[in-house]
Amino acid sequence: MTKSAKAKNALELTDLSVAYRVAGRNRAVLRNLSLTIGQGEAYGLVGESGCGKSTVALTVVRYLPRNGSITGGAISLDGQDVMKLDAEALRRARAESVSMVYQDPGKALNPSIRVGRQLTEIFELGGISGQAATDRAIAMLNRVRISDPTSVMQRYPHQLSGGMQQRVAIAMALANDPSMLILDEPTTGLDATVEAEVLDLIAQLRQELSASILFISHNLAVVSNMCDRVGVLYAGMLVEEGPTDVIFNDPRHPYTVALLRCLPRGGQRKDQGRLDTIPGFLPGIGADIKGCAFADRCALADDRCRSELPPLYDLGGRLSRCFHHDKAQALPRATPSDVAPAPKAAAAPVLRVAGLNKTYASHGHALRAVKDVSLDLRPGETLGLVGESGSGKTTFARLLLGLVPPDEGGTIELEGKALAPRLENRSDDQIKAMQIVFQNPDSALNRSHSIRHLIGRALKRLAGLSGKALDARLNDLVRSVRLTDRHLAVKPRQLSGGLKQRVAIARAFAGDPRIVVCDEPTSALDVSVQAAILNLLADLQSKEDVSYIFISHDLAVVRYLSDKIAVLYLGRIMELGPSEDVFSGPHHPYTEALLSAVPKLDQTETARIRLDGEIPSATNPPSGCVFHTRCPRKIGPICEQQEPPLSEAQPGHSIRCHIPYAELARLQKAAVTEPA
Amino acid sequence: MSAVQTTSPTPDDTRRRGPLAEVFFSLLRSRTFLVGFAIVLFWVACALFGEHFAPYDPLADDIINALAPPSSEHWFGTDQIGRDVFSRVIVGSRDILTVAPLATLLATVAGTALGLLTGYFRGLVDDVVSRILEAFMAIPVVIVALLAIVALGTSKTTVIVVIGLSFAPIIARTVRSAVLAERELDYVAAAQLRHESALHTMFVEILPNVIPPILVETTVRLGYAIFAVATLSFMGFGIQPPSPDWGLSISNNYGMIGGGFWWTVLFDALAIASLVIGVNLAADGVHGALND
Repeated sequence: MTKSAKAKNALELTDLSVAYRVAGRNRAVLRNLSLTIGQGEAYGLVGESGCGKSTVALTVVRYLPRNGSITGGAISLDGQDVMKLDAEALRRARAESVSMVYQDPGKALNPSIRVGRQLTEIFELGGISGQAATDRAIAMLNRVRISDPTSVMQRYPHQLSGGMQQRVAIAMALANDPSMLILDEPTTGLDATVEAEVLDLIAQLRQELSASILFISHNLAVVSNMCDRVGVLYAGMLVEEGPTDVIFNDPRHPYTVALLRCLPRGGQRKDQGRLDTIPGFLPGIGADIKGCAFADRCALADDRCRSELPPLYDLGGRLSRCFHHDKAQALPRATPSDVAPAPKAAAAPVLRVAGLNKTYASHGHALRAVKDVSLDLRPGETLGLVGESGSGKTTFARLLLGLVPPDEGGTIELEGKALAPRLENRSDDQIKAMQIVFQNPDSALNRSHSIRHLIGRALKRLAGLSGKALDARLNDLVRSVRLTDRHLAVKPRQLSGGLKQRVAIARAFAGDPRIVVCDEPTSALDVSVQAAILNLLADLQSKEDVSYIFISHDLAVVRYLSDKIAVLYLGRIMELGPSEDVFSGPHHPYTEALLSAVPKLDQTETARIRLDGEIPSATNPPSGCVFHTRCPRKIGPICEQQEPPLSEAQPGHSIRCHIPYAELARLQKAAVTEPA
Repeated sequence: MSAVQTTSPTPDDTRRRGPLAEVFFSLLRSRTFLVGFAIVLFWVACALFGEHFAPYDPLADDIINALAPPSSEHWFGTDQIGRDVFSRVIVGSRDILTVAPLATLLATVAGTALGLLTGYFRGLVDDVVSRILEAFMAIPVVIVALLAIVALGTSKTTVIVVIGLSFAPIIARTVRSAVLAERELDYVAAAQLRHESALHTMFVEILPNVIPPILVETTVRLGYAIFAVATLSFMGFGIQPPSPDWGLSISNNYGMIGGGFWWTVLFDALAIASLVIGVNLAADGVHGALND
């Protein structure tokens, strides 16, 4: 996008340093950060949480929290020195030339003011009022591809879906035609299908607008698709910068190399090798860093790296802050890739579910959260559950666990014995055989209890241990999830997200379970931590022969861990089959759309399939095939009138679609989609 | 377990202090709390050691010097039968500072148990118990006190029970709403997946996490309890003669205001006011520290 010669950079940060005052000490968050964003350029800033990405965004408009201060350096916006602006000029700069879009649109919009009012307000600030402002607002909503702007203007934010809210937030950001648009994790909380829709919109707007973009994300694939140049931030320092494709295909800093290796890519699976991880931790904010900030976690580091700060080497159009930039890609793995192949006997299913239904009463309407789900699971096997939010994944998991009783009629069999619908009526043996790792460890671990108590209590109740035997098993268990004794005395809040999730995993494994439900166990974690948790789950599985029911919105993660996939839509299984078959296709049109929505690092631009609108309400599901309202491959009235059966297309692979399997294969071959 | 990680994770050292220690330090930084706490501490000292530094015996009458105005001899003057008002105000803190905290304690214990019960079980238990509590809250404390005195006779225990039980529903309501939010968290589901008993889940899992709102509610209630004790004593249902209790003294002497003998009432009234204000300031401080 960089058009002509750089006349004036949209944003220039020079030696910027920012500190937060915590417990009476100034702690450095950004350290001598320099970067420039040219006119019309999209610049991506990536790094793990705690690297200072959001601080950059806040600093640009001098919007730091009260304990934050700029301790050095200069910021220049469109040639204007932001540091020298007085309050009024700063207000004008914020109102006129910079706009921000935040992560959670639900919080960025005022819940008690209609969308239209919130939008026109911006124009009124600019001196346009009345009908003119309304017209402009409508034009703005049209611009962000909202098809019915007049009615959207009348609504309150909560009456819009997450994707629509984010569009409105983007419309508000673009309303004053800013020269600089800062997007801070704009799609992080959204479903993959909605994320794709928002990213498409941003990409289209880039063609139309002149604004430069600072795009902040922890998601490397999103950045790689959206940005011209990318900067990698580590501990508040720029460690690598360059054109996006160069950085992601030929990284020259060990941190970037390691980060990319943490992601399951190109359909990698657990039996093909473990993911690489990054040992150790990000230095805490304000840590005293001598030498290279990454040295402690870097296998290439030598004495020089630890004592001397490497300069940003200019490698011809790209920068790398590493003495060993020439051999960064030779970074040895932190985790060996090899896996002991788990011998798998075709044993009898450990879990068999038949005709499971769950209906909630919602304002007098029946809400079918789960409808007629049947499947089975063998020992040591992972079933991946995939679908947008609202598709019934979590409800299904709760039904299995007995946390919610299913409707009468369906059966759940564990090792050949029927399970009571309610938890209270299940035996202790049945209870310990099925456990769960929740999505959010902060909610799942009692914050008042020590780690020792949390795991010890599970061992006492589930394994029936006490005294010395309990202590011995506790030590084993703690070691097997790679925690150490030091962690036992502390409370959950003193641990990082990844460590907390290890505690939750240890607790689930306390009673030697047969099945562990993993409900988005890594979605709150950074990629390096995610890789370690996925490895841990894979290792535990091959050691204990436990089965997983793995719920995740990240298809690459599901693919890495799963042997079998069930794709859910409105509580129904749309597709069920071996992981490889489901991913490589031919697959159900819904699966196809889901796969197409995922941003990929190894970009091979393909015909993209986008789902319009949002998932319909389960209280009033569409007639016929429930997917027909959004289906890109709808064939005709039959889709609206008749619900297709879940029919076996190939041995073990079932698809719920009117289109015959061979026809699906032909259609989808025409639009070759490289799966995640 | 083939992979060996070189990871040596350490707990984040920026948060060395436990949550309680953090609350403590934040209390020490709160001027509101410190001022309130100092006032309360002053009255507690009077209650404990008042008789040792009071200039006169608060119960000793001296008819010749009755209704003497404040002077260097009797700083706050004397009452109808010549008792030293200053000494009576100092020692008069004793009964109210026994009865009000005990009543608050009773209310907290009963209210917490009821709140945990209704919040945890919800459904029918919640509906029935909550309606009964609401009915109870609708009856004025004074009427309850009147009935209790008829039934039980006047004593400090009656006052403690009456105020304790009248305040319990209010605390129960606060605890209930905190428990309702808490029980939606996944650690409660995790406890159910270990077949924990309801009692264990309520008292070991949930209770420690709802301590902050309980603490705030208790300190606020203490202020109201002091006020309630003084009111009941004033009306003759509370602390009984010959105690130099503030409310009781005001009740005995308020007829004298018309005669210009203001000192027999004013200092007791100021004492009540200062103690209530002190407790409320401290409660504000606790609230601020816990909600930072």
